[in-house]
Amino acid sequence: MEGFLQALAAGLLIGAVYGLMCVGLGLIFGVMRVINFAHGDFMMLGMYTAFYLFTAAGVQAVFGNTVGPFVAIILAGPVLAAFGYLVHRTLISHVSGTRTASLEGEGHYAQLILTLGIALILQNGGLIVFGSVLASIRTPLSSSAWELGPFFDMSVFLNKARSIDAVVSLVMMILLSLLITRTRIGKSLRAAADNPTAATYMGIDVDRAHRTAFALGCGITAIAGGLLATNYPFHPFVGLEYVIVMYAGVVLGGMGSIIGAFWGGMTIGLVQQMSTLILPTQLQNAAIFAVFLLIIFFRPQGFFGRMVERT
Amino acid sequence: MLRMRSFLPPLLFTLAYAGISLGVTNSYYQLILTLVPVWAVFGLSWNLLSGYTGLISFGHAAFFGIGAYATALGQIYFHISPWLLIPIAAMLGGIAGLLIGFPTFRLQGHYFALAMLAYPLAILYVFEWLGFQEVTLPIQRDAPIAFMQFTDPHIYTLLGLAIMLATIVLTQMIERSRFGMALLAIKQNEAAAEAAGINTLAWKLRAITLSGAIAAAIGGFYAQVLLVVTPASVFGMLVSAQALTVAMFGGVGTVWGPVIGSVILIPLAEILHAEAGARIPGIQGVIFGIAIVAVILLAPEGLFWKLRDVLRKRTASRATTSDAPDETAANVTPLKPAARQRAATGEVVLEVRNLSRSFGGLKAVQDVSFKLHQNEILGIIGPNGAGKTTLFNLLNGFLKPSQGEVLIGGRNMSGQRPHVICEAGIGRTFQVMRPFLRMSILDNVVVGAYVRARTDDQARQFAADAVARVGLSAVADRVAGELSTKELRLMELARAIAGQPRILLLDETLAGLGHGEADEVVAVIQQLARDGMTIAIIEHTMQAMVRLVDRFLVLDHGAVITEGLPEVVTRDNRVIEAYLGKKWVGHAAN
Repeated sequence: MEGFLQALAAGLLIGAVYGLMCVGLGLIFGVMRVINFAHGDFMMLGMYTAFYLFTAAGVQAVFGNTVGPFVAIILAGPVLAAFGYLVHRTLISHVSGTRTASLEGEGHYAQLILTLGIALILQNGGLIVFGSVLASIRTPLSSSAWELGPFFDMSVFLNKARSIDAVVSLVMMILLSLLITRTRIGKSLRAAADNPTAATYMGIDVDRAHRTAFALGCGITAIAGGLLATNYPFHPFVGLEYVIVMYAGVVLGGMGSIIGAFWGGMTIGLVQQMSTLILPTQLQNAAIFAVFLLIIFFRPQGFFGRMVERT
Repeated sequence: MLRMRSFLPPLLFTLAYAGISLGVTNSYYQLILTLVPVWAVFGLSWNLLSGYTGLISFGHAAFFGIGAYATALGQIYFHISPWLLIPIAAMLGGIAGLLIGFPTFRLQGHYFALAMLAYPLAILYVFEWLGFQEVTLPIQRDAPIAFMQFTDPHIYTLLGLAIMLATIVLTQMIERSRFGMALLAIKQNEAAAEAAGINTLAWKLRAITLSGAIAAAIGGFYAQVLLVVTPASVFGMLVSAQALTVAMFGGVGTVWGPVIGSVILIPLAEILHAEAGARIPGIQGVIFGIAIVAVILLAPEGLFWKLRDVLRKRTASRATTSDAPDETAANVTPLKPAARQRAATGEVVLEVRNLSRSFGGLKAVQDVSFKLHQNEILGIIGPNGAGKTTLFNLLNGFLKPSQGEVLIGGRNMSGQRPHVICEAGIGRTFQVMRPFLRMSILDNVVVGAYVRARTDDQARQFAADAVARVGLSAVADRVAGELSTKELRLMELARAIAGQPRILLLDETLAGLGHGEADEVVAVIQQLARDGMTIAIIEHTMQAMVRLVDRFLVLDHGAVITEGLPEVVTRDNRVIEAYLGKKWVGHAAN
């Protein structure tokens, strides 16, 4: 029972960060319908950006070891958003959005291979620039815990860094929801996602909405990556490990639903942690995929998705 | 004869490749030359499923890995020869394809693609957990040839080439057959394919079974070449990505795409790895990535299609002067308005009884009943949202009725799948046209012929007849992408009649046509009716309809308002009200 509660707590904490990570991808996918295989690598860049902001750019000196990492992680968001904006403008916009109407399969093939190419460049470029040594954003909080309880002689320990990660994720999630539901930018994003043609007729610049979504999605995932890096060491190829988790989360939540992506990520975090109770750790990831397949067979449109069919 | 000729290029290519490889003595380059056909075959297997059906698989490593591990473990634990194990691997891959395909084909589009991603990765972790982190094939000193172990690496290259040639020829045969046509039809529009009498699930299952078998066989051969198998090297995401990369780089949906992609990319990657990667680790990946990005920005559909478009343009610009003028495109002699006998007394071929369908609270079709008589043209009209297209979808099986029956030739067919209803003799066209833009008109029409045709030749015959009946024979060899809207509408009509239906359902066949053009299409439809076809047509343009149809069925809010002869119906106040609103009823009366 104690093990169960502990796994549940760990699952909820990591699930919140996975949720934020999936939301970044879900935003891009929901608005643009582009499968971005390089998204894990954008996250990797976010991790390194936070790392260097913290160690080399003076954040550590100003804010200290406890608050500093989180300041650096938040700052990495806008940096990666700008980078994402640039990548979209120079590369991805050529095979997506309003330009794909004439291409076979609406340009999906071109998008896939283009993002695969970008992923290769980022991973190997990362290897050249950052080296292959494992890095991590350590804080004193990473190795200490709060004790909850005891309730009926059972206590649950919450890792301090992970708890703060989860709180930061939730705050980011709330801010993003406000942005999407309350602002003009959010409205144009939703319109472009819902029906790009109709949005164009209503005077919404769909290509610009796509750029915004791509930048925002990169920034959000970068922050999630930085949060993960407080507990997990990373390397230039770390994106490969997470991009699949991200897609699983987005599909589970229902493609096109941003809040759904968060719950999808949360589900994956929970499955991953809870599966350790009954399965050997090597099968943790196999369990994720098994649950993923089961859920989409029974609910192909995801938790929050809609089925739309036209003849 | 034509078939023999199309097998010549792959044969020549293979022979030339073999000749070059025999001249290479460096064993590292020899390995690269062996890997090119390996990845080409893997790309071809991916192309067979994803390139032709459009269902992108991110998980082809599942089949590759199953083949590789079957070949490796079979030798270690059961001492079976790889000559036998590779065919066994192919069988296992086929079975895996069937097992994976059956549940996964319920998903569509991106959901299918991403679900496929999960299979190899789930298997990967299981193999790691089972302790197969690194499996080395035992060296067989006693009987090396019986265990496919050669001291001369050229033999591996030749074996790889043989597999590649076999796969290319197989793919070419499929491309031209009913199988390939069915897959292409699915890619374009799965719903329309079902309506054309294609059992889409059955063909997709065949495709994934065959694709899985080929991928597993080449995975087994790969294990034999490298002699070491690790979960990441055969089940990893990069393996699945390799199939996508070679196929998409070269061009999807063509037999040459994966081959071109592999011939260019594999040596490039390997040589970069050896030359540049040794000095600056990672630089090879960056250059490789930049090469892919650059080519895709220039040729988003892959090299093959880009080259073909360029060549076509060049030959086309040379040949424009000799091209026949466009007027010959549809030489239909305009016919006088229907002078034939009103057929409303003929045999009932389709009967609809109390048909209803609701979506949530919306009653899209409610309690519709009517009869369609042999050799009659029934016009179905009504304002937008009246439920006309929904009615057609209920008739041809896209939707299951909530209530009521559809009797075709006296048999209740309601709730059957579209391809079954098509076999029962109902053809249909669509409001939104879905031609196969890169295929010729004749090939487009052949897709619709297979529901009746027993052989490929018969299908071509049916298609040619259908093309002639709509008056497109003169342009039958042009690709659909070059046609006008009118010609495309006629082509759709030809596709529907190529399946030799008894009843045609036409959904806004005249939409988007100019006045003169609409008349030409109307003339074709009239000729079809004169030849004995029974037709139900949805249309907005009343002028054309009044001249065309024998009888009208008027729908509004999903229900039948009235039914009868054109001159009666057009004066009916309820019809005018439904179309124009109440205040026009008075105007019309004056």
